[in-house]
Amino acid sequence: MKIHEYQGKELFRQAGVPVLDGIVATTPDEAAAAYEKLGGKIAVVKSQIHAGGRGKGTIIDNPKQHGVVLTKSADEARAAAEGLLGKKLVTIQTGPAGQTVNKVFVEAGCDIARELYLGIVLDRAVAKPVLMVSTEGGMEIETVAEKTPELIHKEHFDPAVGLEAYQVRKLCKKLGISGAAAKAAAKFMPAMCRFYVDYDCELAEVNPLVITGDNQMIALDAKITFDNNALFRHPDYTDLRDLAEEEESELRAGNAGLSYVKLEGNIGCLVNGAGLAMSTMDIIKYHGGQPANFLDVGGSANTEQVTEAFRILLSDPNVKGVLVNIFGGIARCTTIAGALIEASKTVGFDVPLVVRLEGTEVEEGRKMLAESDVDVINATDITDAAKKIVAATGV
Amino acid sequence: MSILIDASTKVICQGITGSAGKFHTLGCRDYGTQLVGGVTPGKGGQDVEGIPVFDTVEEAVAETGADATMIFVPPPFTADAILEALDAGIKVIAAITEGVPVIDMVRVYEKVRASDAVLIGPNCPGLITPGQCKIGIMPGYIHNPGKVGVMSRSGTLTYEAVWQTSALGLGQSTCVGLGGDPIVGTSFIDLLKRYQADDQTEAILMIGEIGGSAEEEAAAFVKEHVTKPVAAFIAGRTAPPGKRMGHAGAIISGGKGTATEKVAALEAAGITVAPTPADMGQAVVDAMKG
Repeated sequence: MKIHEYQGKELFRQAGVPVLDGIVATTPDEAAAAYEKLGGKIAVVKSQIHAGGRGKGTIIDNPKQHGVVLTKSADEARAAAEGLLGKKLVTIQTGPAGQTVNKVFVEAGCDIARELYLGIVLDRAVAKPVLMVSTEGGMEIETVAEKTPELIHKEHFDPAVGLEAYQVRKLCKKLGISGAAAKAAAKFMPAMCRFYVDYDCELAEVNPLVITGDNQMIALDAKITFDNNALFRHPDYTDLRDLAEEEESELRAGNAGLSYVKLEGNIGCLVNGAGLAMSTMDIIKYHGGQPANFLDVGGSANTEQVTEAFRILLSDPNVKGVLVNIFGGIARCTTIAGALIEASKTVGFDVPLVVRLEGTEVEEGRKMLAESDVDVINATDITDAAKKIVAATGV
Repeated sequence: MSILIDASTKVICQGITGSAGKFHTLGCRDYGTQLVGGVTPGKGGQDVEGIPVFDTVEEAVAETGADATMIFVPPPFTADAILEALDAGIKVIAAITEGVPVIDMVRVYEKVRASDAVLIGPNCPGLITPGQCKIGIMPGYIHNPGKVGVMSRSGTLTYEAVWQTSALGLGQSTCVGLGGDPIVGTSFIDLLKRYQADDQTEAILMIGEIGGSAEEEAAAFVKEHVTKPVAAFIAGRTAPPGKRMGHAGAIISGGKGTATEKVAALEAAGITVAPTPADMGQAVVDAMKG
């Protein structure tokens, strides 16, 4: 689960990670008022969307309007907010359609001496969280990792203990930080590591992390993703969720307990199991088609879930045909067949439907489909299924 | 022979009185597994269709001599259940539960790796030595005793592979579902070592997916240490970057963990890679021909 920068900074503040003062605004007037209230000579108006690259990103049809604007008066702050709010911002992470800016964060300025990078993720290879820092603040860290990996410095840490003092010293040495700034780092870095663990983050990234003229260390950005599996420990996160940022069909699927990812193609897929769902997409592509989605109905899908799955698939106007691929293990083929018949009554299919059933109670399941009045193209195996749906959708 | 489990393995189920735990406990017993007991705190003294329930794993082990467990307890309690099994001296721990917070697994992983126990999962279908012992949620009847060691990060895709190898008359030695999470107890490499040393296993089928670097590490290991034929399949060639494909671990992040990279690493190590999920069984046949 992702949250906005302004929300992340509020959590940083609670956790003792230094941030600047800032006020969130949803109208140009609020942005102007926020500027006045902050009382500085400058303020930065920042688009709040769940995607990175906002500073370089621009508003659709207005390439001069960047997603982050430095302002020097309340009027400028108002104008910046006017140029952003309600508009679609396109960044390297949003795709060409962009994402609508519904909020801006008006933040006080500061005297920046150096810009660094700091990020914490899980290192799967060693099964430990890793703190990464770099002198290349403000850059895309993926680019740095590719072109100059030697500029990224890493320290793994034990979640129960946190970052040790010597680890901070090692990192400071590599970053060329000493004196008062190193003292600031000795507080900032362990505080970020504690934050990562205590808040059950999947990613906690500060880019840029700045050192000010008076040697303070401040989080100028906050990119936080929480571990979805740990949400039960944080009931308060519900309030942080911004549904406007999420794909509507993915949201619906999530509510129905389905795992769904929308893609660009025209062949809808309904599969049980994540690995099989992924490889079903792969084999469609292999035979010349384009999958419209990833959809895993899970091991114990019931009639309601399968019906909702069909509704979601068919609500995508791109979908010109549907491939159902079920390997009944725990989920019985009869359950799926029954759900399919029920769904065809309540949802109605007007596109070709190819069904491949295998596994537990397969004969009974096939018989149920054959005896129903659902118009099904039967497939004997995955290859057959993929070829038939590609042919039926006329690609 | 086989790896990890066989007809002599004695199994308990942690979370036996929950609906999933009960259903699959009985399914495993029907398959022929020695299902000797279950654990649900506070329900000791009861029984589930004749299978005794204990309050603690320690008690269950003392009373039944169990050396393996399958865990169905809900995600908030899974890490604790694994640690309890470890503490009680259980040697094979299969955590079926999906949705365990990853930071919990950091803690558990370190303790498991420091012990001589093996953790399979979490978020996995379990493991099976066909005809001898089934620990988990896979449909038993698709398996046949045979020569292929099957290991996979996915559940239903494993069933597909098992189905194909059974249809080709190869059968399976032991099939292990490693789990779909970012941190799982056992890696491909751990199992490659065991399959290589196992007499019954004549070929190995590895089913990977996008995300992480487990397949690349396994490829390097195969090149150096595995003399038996190895075939592989990677799911997710069409998966877009940055999107989680069902499994918490199946995500391409920062341009890393793509199927293309993995396939290249596998092929470079001399592994036969199936082009589509329909060709997994055939890839094993091809690999065995050399």
